Amino acid sequence: MSVDKQTVAKIASLARINMGDEELERMVPELNNILQWVEQLGEVNVEGIEPMSAVIPNTLRLRDDVVDADPHTAGGRREDILANAPVAEHGFFGVPKVIE
Amino acid sequence: MTELTSLGVKAIRDGVRAGEFTAREVAESFNDAVAAAAELNAFIVTTPDHALAAADATDKARAEGKELGAMAGVPIGMKDLFATYGVQTTAASHILEGFEPRYESTVSQNLWNAGAGMLGKLNLDQFAMGSSNETSYFGNVASPWRKKGSNQPMSPGGSSGGSSSAVAARIAPAATGTDTGGSIRQPAAFTGICGIKPTYGRCSRWGVVAFASSLDQAGPMARSVEDCAIMLGAMAGFDPKDATSLQMDVPDWEGALNADLKGKRVGIPREYRMEGTSQAILDSWEQGKAWLKDAGAQIVDISLPHTKYALPAYYIIAPAEASSNLARYDGVRYGLRELPEEAGLQEMYAATRAAGFGDEVKRRILIGTYVLSAGFYDAYYNQAQKVRALVARDFEQAWADCDLILAPTTPTASFPLGSLNDDPLTMYLNDVFAVPASLAGLPAMSVPATLNEDGLPLGLQLVGKPFDEQTVLDAGLAIQQRAGFDRAPEKWW
Repeated sequence: MSVDKQTVAKIASLARINMGDEELERMVPELNNILQWVEQLGEVNVEGIEPMSAVIPNTLRLRDDVVDADPHTAGGRREDILANAPVAEHGFFGVPKVIE
Repeated sequence: MTELTSLGVKAIRDGVRAGEFTAREVAESFNDAVAAAAELNAFIVTTPDHALAAADATDKARAEGKELGAMAGVPIGMKDLFATYGVQTTAASHILEGFEPRYESTVSQNLWNAGAGMLGKLNLDQFAMGSSNETSYFGNVASPWRKKGSNQPMSPGGSSGGSSSAVAARIAPAATGTDTGGSIRQPAAFTGICGIKPTYGRCSRWGVVAFASSLDQAGPMARSVEDCAIMLGAMAGFDPKDATSLQMDVPDWEGALNADLKGKRVGIPREYRMEGTSQAILDSWEQGKAWLKDAGAQIVDISLPHTKYALPAYYIIAPAEASSNLARYDGVRYGLRELPEEAGLQEMYAATRAAGFGDEVKRRILIGTYVLSAGFYDAYYNQAQKVRALVARDFEQAWADCDLILAPTTPTASFPLGSLNDDPLTMYLNDVFAVPASLAGLPAMSVPATLNEDGLPLGLQLVGKPFDEQTVLDAGLAIQQRAGFDRAPEKWW
């Protein structure tokens, strides 16, 4: 399979990355080179093989149903969370208007 | 007195404990060395005050007769992929420039708890994507090594190139690295130092800027196997904040180090004899076999039949995970925001990401987005995950015949900066020997072996069974003792 400029433009828009004409054109052969190279995976017989998503057998742990059990990952840290926001107003993240 | 910057982790820690010098003297020496090595561009920001504060705390604790931690008095470099409280953390990207976390990564916190201090945040390939340290927004890192008779700047490897450069140049006794597809081992090999990636799940990924979550694993980079064992012990441990963290005790790797390999079988994978591997590398591999045999090990031939497919599988899986992980950089919660005139939310996202990501990061996000998209998910992503299962199965089957695997770390020695820029595929091939162990989540280490005809270091790689870092470190020590690799690059910076 290979990609053309239109396809790359579509992927770029799905990935939310602005790309000008020149950049798109540059990307087309680069992506095609990589995609052609990964095509060789098609040679491998994977019949009956389960796709692997976890490398080390590990059971999923559940957290105790306790409010703010871990101060690092629980709530109540609004100041910290907003500290690096490009725009924060009234205790919220600010974004451009989304409703006309 | 010996120059303090020539000392490694163990020598510093033991010297401070014994009162031969103070932690402050050590921190000051390294702070000065860091300041004098700006030409290497190994650090994005330096934090001399952090190093001094930790040193003073160690000296005070010693004066009070308190027990000192495993890394007490040792100032280290911190790869700028670890979130550090109040200190800029960028992953070498423009999109995170100025970001000062309000939290500390578990690995860095563990190191501070063990008494280490921070010299600064080390440069790397942007979002850890690269094998040469040429994708950082903050400029290339230069290796302290140069080819004989040349002053061409050489690659320190990637992505932990700031780490490898700093440790090899003796401006830091040790540094943290992270390894997704070889990013600790390849730079360690290029710069003549040691580096170990532990079993996936040994080191917490909490607070580590994510690249490919099923692969990323932190590890130490230092000049000796002992130093790696000490530092890994301080970094590792169960972390309830990371769902992939292993609920296992951390063994005393340092205490159990033993270079006697009697009874150990070392596997030599036949598929790692690849075209394009330099003769010097093949020679060093032969040398490595002889060293391990001398240490009492038995050498056996093994087969890892899916080796050839590991790298292409990696270049589907890693970008797929990256495209998903990097979706969080949108200009809303932290980092850069680009807001063109009259732009709405979607345009803001797209403009921010266009301005904030470098070319290699964009390339990988696009590949990842493509292979995960509806029409191609099965053909690419699912197929790659199945091939990954086969790569892992190859290793499982090999453990019936051996306890450990010996292979080269890289197919060539370091190359000049800029020489592979136009050729992403050739660049990717640098990780051909490192990636299989990453896909299988296995502990793997690179130790320096020899120098090639240009006077550049070559590394040997040791891959172990899951959770068996000890055998990897033991074999590393056996090689270290026999290789006697004590060469330092000549100072030019």
